[in-house]
Amino acid sequence: MTVMPQAPAAPIVALEQVRKTYNEGLPNAEEVLHGIDLVVQGGEFTALIGPSGSGKSTLLNILGLLERASGGSFRLGGRDVTSLDDDARTRARHTKLGFIFQFHHLLPAFNSIENVMLPALIGGSLGVADKEGKTARARAARLLDAVGLQDAHNKKPQELSGGMQQRVAVARSLVLAPQLVLADEPTGNLDTRSSDSIFALLRQFNREQGTAFLIVTHDPRLAARCDRIIELVDGRIAGDRANRAELAE
Amino acid sequence: MGALGFEWTVALRFLREGRMQTALIIGGATVGVSVIFFITAVLVGVQSDLIQRVTGAQPHIILKPPEETVSPLIAATPEAPRVASVQARPQRLTTIDGWPVLARQTEATPGVIAIAAVASGSALAIKGDATRSIALLGTNLAHYMRVVRLDDKLAQGVLRLEPGDALVGNELARDLGAVLGDRFRVQSADGTNQVFLIRGILDLGTRELNRRYVYVDLRAAQSILGIPGRITNIDVAVGDIMRADLIAARLRAQSGQLIETWIQTNQQVFAAINNQNIMTLLIRVFVTIVVALGIASVLVVSVVQKRKEIGILRAIGATRAQMLRVFLLQGAIVGVAGALLGSGMGLLLVSIFSRILRSASGTPLFSLHFDPGLIGIVVVVSTVLGLIAAVLPARNAAHLDPAQAIRG
Repeated sequence: MTVMPQAPAAPIVALEQVRKTYNEGLPNAEEVLHGIDLVVQGGEFTALIGPSGSGKSTLLNILGLLERASGGSFRLGGRDVTSLDDDARTRARHTKLGFIFQFHHLLPAFNSIENVMLPALIGGSLGVADKEGKTARARAARLLDAVGLQDAHNKKPQELSGGMQQRVAVARSLVLAPQLVLADEPTGNLDTRSSDSIFALLRQFNREQGTAFLIVTHDPRLAARCDRIIELVDGRIAGDRANRAELAE
Repeated sequence: MGALGFEWTVALRFLREGRMQTALIIGGATVGVSVIFFITAVLVGVQSDLIQRVTGAQPHIILKPPEETVSPLIAATPEAPRVASVQARPQRLTTIDGWPVLARQTEATPGVIAIAAVASGSALAIKGDATRSIALLGTNLAHYMRVVRLDDKLAQGVLRLEPGDALVGNELARDLGAVLGDRFRVQSADGTNQVFLIRGILDLGTRELNRRYVYVDLRAAQSILGIPGRITNIDVAVGDIMRADLIAARLRAQSGQLIETWIQTNQQVFAAINNQNIMTLLIRVFVTIVVALGIASVLVVSVVQKRKEIGILRAIGATRAQMLRVFLLQGAIVGVAGALLGSGMGLLLVSIFSRILRSASGTPLFSLHFDPGLIGIVVVVSTVLGLIAAVLPARNAAHLDPAQAIRG
């Protein structure tokens, strides 16, 4: 049993009446999110579930500042990011958020430790994170050890199994110690054993570092192991409940 | 990794990752650069050789006194042509007034590297029964040699013009039946004459010059031509002979004398060289465009291939400007690599062909003397070219929508 860290004064994410319309202004315009209100506190471990086409990925992209909402407001870490320009959104994404994608998405030209270091390298040339390659490398090495890849630091992605690649991606999402990691079906592509161990890793980082996770998943088994389950149906929040069983654990 | 910074690291990795593509694109740039390098080096070599041959015994620029003209007392207008015909007056041998001042002034003109005072006119060469009409040139040999290189035109004897010495064209020597060391008489129209010793026989390159030219020292020529202490022209050598016209214009403005350049006397050669320059410029421009298009098209394909990776980099925090720089850098790196390899290959081509290509006389068609600055220019131009070629692909990369790119 771990005590959840105290939620900070401002929630990490606060969405108010967020809407998203694709092809806005065109005859084939389609609203996929209809007024989403959502608050995510620091340290929360949340599952986002729902049938295909319910708008989960769109919502995740909006939260990840990869897409813009068509309406409503979005505060990230207490700061209104609704109408920031592309550069400011990129910087906010870089410093506050981590990403894990379904298809691990590592860069094939870089080995494991370099893939994990990439966000720090980007920061180095932006002048926002530490500029010293050494500390970034040390941190990347620690994270790779923590995800169980002690022996794969110098291997290229194509030399690793799918599960191992996803572990590298998990390490990469955490290298700049973000407040929130957004995971889009992080285990969707893996067998049951690998997917269980990846999930366990996310849980471990959540408990040890207090990192908040928002995990899109199709797998009810995994959703049942989250503290909070949000269900999206047809672009609306159809359910948002605390998972008593998991919280009580 | 890390020491180079994000943009350099990713640009170099992307290039290394696309082995074949990168090899092809750098290969294309290399061939293009070597072609440009080669034509430029050959062109410069061949042209300076050609000009050397054509101008031969002529100075680049000659200052002469203005021609004597006839001016009608009443000016003609289109409405009232008052003079039916104007007869040109016969030209006497005229001299330059106050020439020492003008000579110093000319020597100090930018672009001029040497001058020589010359007294020249027509005279007769007489030896025994043979009489030939000649062009007599009196000058100070040491000065004159800096304007016109006579040393590589000496066929026999020595280059020396003490009083009483003469250097003659080889055809003239033959016409007079004279050999080295023989004496002959030079006589002007009014009968003044002097005997000279043939110290050297020259091959001035063309038959016309070889059968007419006689060089003697300045004083001797002045006394034969009846213009003691005066000269008829100032011969000038310039640094860049293709710009002789420009320097001539300057001299014309400041001296008020009649200025004649090698370009005016060799219109056809100059036009040929000019046309050659334009043609090679065209070739160079088109090769450059082809190379740039090659670099651009490979990078455009590379951006499409790397959509997903660009999307990931954007998602984990790379800004548009960073992605733009990643691809601009790739263009610049290809440009620099192509320039260095291409210069090396061009140099190799020049050295091979300077051995193979020979002129009719058996001397190399062009020499291996090339300007090391050319490599510097090629590198700079090629880098800029790579950058420009990369602009469009880099913009594509920067404006890629990361959400769409990741989705696949």
